[in-house]
Amino acid sequence: MSTFTAVENISRRDVLKLFGAVGGGLALGASGLSWSPMALAQDQLARLNLFIAVGEDDKVYLTCHRSEMGQGIRTGILQILAEELEADWDKIVPIQGLADKRYASQNTDGSRSIRENYDRMREMGAMARTMLEQAAAARWKVPVSEVQAKDHKVLHAKSGRFARFGELALDAAALPLPAADSLRLKAVKDFKQIGASRQIVDMQAMLTGKAVYGYDIQVDNMLYACISRPPVLGSDVASLDDSAARKVAGVVDVYRLPTPKGAPAFQALGGVAVVATNTWSALQGRKALKVTWTQSANSSHDSKAYLKELVDKVQAPGKVVRQVGDEVKAWPKNDTLKAIYTVPYLIHSSIEPPVATANVTDKGCEIWASAQTPQSTQQNVAAALDIAEDAVKVNVTLLGGGFGRKSKPDFSVEAALLSKQFKRPVKVSWSREDEIQNGYYHAISAQCYQALFDANNKPTALLARTGFPSISSTFAEGVEYPSDGELDLGFVDVPFALPHLRYEAVKATAHSRIGWMRSVCNIQHGFGVGSFVDEMAHKAKLSCPDMWRSLLGQPRRETFENQGFKYGNYGEELTRHPVDIGRYLKVIEAVEQAQAKAPKAGKNQGWGFAVHRSFVSVVAVAIRVEVGDDKQLKVLNAIAAIDAGTVVNPDRVKAQTEGAIVFGLSLALMGEISYQEGKVMQSNFHDYPLLRLPQVPDMEIIIIDSDAPPAGVGEPGVPPVAPSLTNAIFAATGVRIRDLPVNKQLKV
Amino acid sequence: MAIPSSAAKDKSLTTTSLNLTINGRSFTLNTDPNMPILWALRDILGLTGTKYGCGAGLCGACTVHVDGQPVRACLTSVSQAQGKQLTTIEGLDNQKLKNAWAEHNVPQCGYCQAGQLMSAAALVTQHPKPSAEQIDAAMSGNLCRCGTYPRIKAALQSYAKQEG
Repeated sequence: MSTFTAVENISRRDVLKLFGAVGGGLALGASGLSWSPMALAQDQLARLNLFIAVGEDDKVYLTCHRSEMGQGIRTGILQILAEELEADWDKIVPIQGLADKRYASQNTDGSRSIRENYDRMREMGAMARTMLEQAAAARWKVPVSEVQAKDHKVLHAKSGRFARFGELALDAAALPLPAADSLRLKAVKDFKQIGASRQIVDMQAMLTGKAVYGYDIQVDNMLYACISRPPVLGSDVASLDDSAARKVAGVVDVYRLPTPKGAPAFQALGGVAVVATNTWSALQGRKALKVTWTQSANSSHDSKAYLKELVDKVQAPGKVVRQVGDEVKAWPKNDTLKAIYTVPYLIHSSIEPPVATANVTDKGCEIWASAQTPQSTQQNVAAALDIAEDAVKVNVTLLGGGFGRKSKPDFSVEAALLSKQFKRPVKVSWSREDEIQNGYYHAISAQCYQALFDANNKPTALLARTGFPSISSTFAEGVEYPSDGELDLGFVDVPFALPHLRYEAVKATAHSRIGWMRSVCNIQHGFGVGSFVDEMAHKAKLSCPDMWRSLLGQPRRETFENQGFKYGNYGEELTRHPVDIGRYLKVIEAVEQAQAKAPKAGKNQGWGFAVHRSFVSVVAVAIRVEVGDDKQLKVLNAIAAIDAGTVVNPDRVKAQTEGAIVFGLSLALMGEISYQEGKVMQSNFHDYPLLRLPQVPDMEIIIIDSDAPPAGVGEPGVPPVAPSLTNAIFAATGVRIRDLPVNKQLKV
Repeated sequence: MAIPSSAAKDKSLTTTSLNLTINGRSFTLNTDPNMPILWALRDILGLTGTKYGCGAGLCGACTVHVDGQPVRACLTSVSQAQGKQLTTIEGLDNQKLKNAWAEHNVPQCGYCQAGQLMSAAALVTQHPKPSAEQIDAAMSGNLCRCGTYPRIKAALQSYAKQEG
């Protein structure tokens, strides 16, 4: 059992702290149209630990310290706490945690909120429940072993006495925290919350327009800002004429932001801010600015030419990053299969663009933001303002989607710099054009795969090369190769059991801010390997699932020992989250069985398949498509099987997997950011389209029943979608699409 | 109704006096008549349920009803809405539709859902039992990056069944 690194026993009635600057948070969705802290009288609550407080009215206030961006975490974390607490689900009140180191990491990305918090949240719930039981036992002067918490009460079976949680709360809060090893965790068979499909706690607020997102923040005396940012990374304002902008009704001022220095990291990008009394005036004012920009080292970046360079590079030897057996030197043409796959730059495009409001005063700074990383927001804002981290209070609103973009707090830094300048609260709203043209991009990439077959058409050797500008380039200058962590994302960690394996990475420099986007490098790596296995299957005259079975080999736990790299495994121990071939086989079989019951591929139709492990979960996807004689593609069915270990809220796991299919189809069918002269050519949803409702296939999601530790959910569904789709297109037409997006070749 | 934001106090915006009826209540706005109602609703009146997504009529996040018809608030100026009945998510009274949304657990992040519900409400007013084609046509202007589309379809199909 892990230790309680983040627990502090705070005295009874310590409510101001719970809802104040240090350890508390705000109730979202309960505050109507404007932002206001939840009003609670000080003597109504008793705090049992960092995550749990109980009111005398019997309500339990459960803190979610992770950011809600659609994955259902505000519901999932609360289910785990409520489970061990034995709380009545109808009496819980969700509280959103502020940025606070005592929670440990709040970085809501990497599909880790449940997998990294499951045990700890159970302990927190059990701890609070134990304290309530101890309080009841002391009140009744009976041994604690004779009392038991159940259904929001503590019962003494022998005497028939019971007390509600609310009646025991103040006494319980005065007790010392129980030792970790004294806690009794519930048996899985007794679970009522974990494993139950719960409606999300924010449902009613979302259906009535009362849910509060970053874009919705309004504070007294606030200004609204829009920023004209450098169109090319590293360029700066050369000349500025703001006379017309200043004449726009509602515009208050125009301010040139400081030029960032060195690697971009999470600095504000610079540029020119127009601040106004409302968003419309700020937008109109920005339109009226006349700005010219300096040239930068990236001004010649052309993504088409760059991709061609990457394609050349992956056909020449690179840095060896995984080696099994001897290097194969001879690749006889007839027995060799070779293919090159490319994926363009991509951008997140959550429907709510980045947005933050800051209020800098002489006491510090308060931020309200759609932040995936409240602590990183706190650190970066503090650094930009040159104040102590403790002086920055970060309120996390609901996020209108995140997908990785909102874990880069540059937009909060912008708001803080502007609020400091204008000595008023300032909201920085990114427009759609800003989001598409000034983002942190999923890296453009090329991969080369090569396989050698023996006389029986059985593969014996594989060579794989990958090339893409690294995320590390966003944080340090001079980066030339992908990091080990990026190569661990679906490239070197594919557990093929061939006698000869060689994986290489090639040089690639960055010309824009490279960042992580839902499933990160697994997007390109899943597409590369998922496509190539299908090509191998075709050559060997096997089904794609059978080729996967052949390549994965016997059920085992792959540790990648003596293969020339140390596998990061998404930060998890291989003993807790093994690379288990048996789990691959389970999802493959589950999808095959579902596919057998689904419609067969008719005329001009085909089924495709892919499987991928990422974020310590395994997902298999089968897709059926039809391609008309007019090259019109229609995606008809998608079946996904996910093994994410223990699942807390099956309905949200299903929803995340449905969403991952939609996200994967968007990027595979239509996703492309391109650059000319260093500038992004796309600007809004007309040229960076997302999937629309009529394009969505029928879906079937299978969750593998498992009592293994919880694994990732938000991202793992994405990687297998693109290859499953293009494999289906091949099955339907005989045309192999190796360069995404599909709409370069077919109507979608 | 109290007007909460600094925009309301801004004299430089006082160009025209416009009368709007929003969710059955009358408002007088002194503002630029060209301002899209999206920003008037959000920044001046504090009705933030209507969302910004693209500013170009491409995503549907800002869908509201003007005299019962779904329109994009980002492309409709305050002057165009003058004298008409405006309904936003805050005033949407189709509880049966909301119940269908809740029953299917439609929202993920929830941000686009106000626009989805406004489009769906207009659809079922016109076609209480919408066909698959009618659902496709009515909902194709509303983007959802989370991918709640299968559930939107399912919710509308259950709604149609109840109407039967």
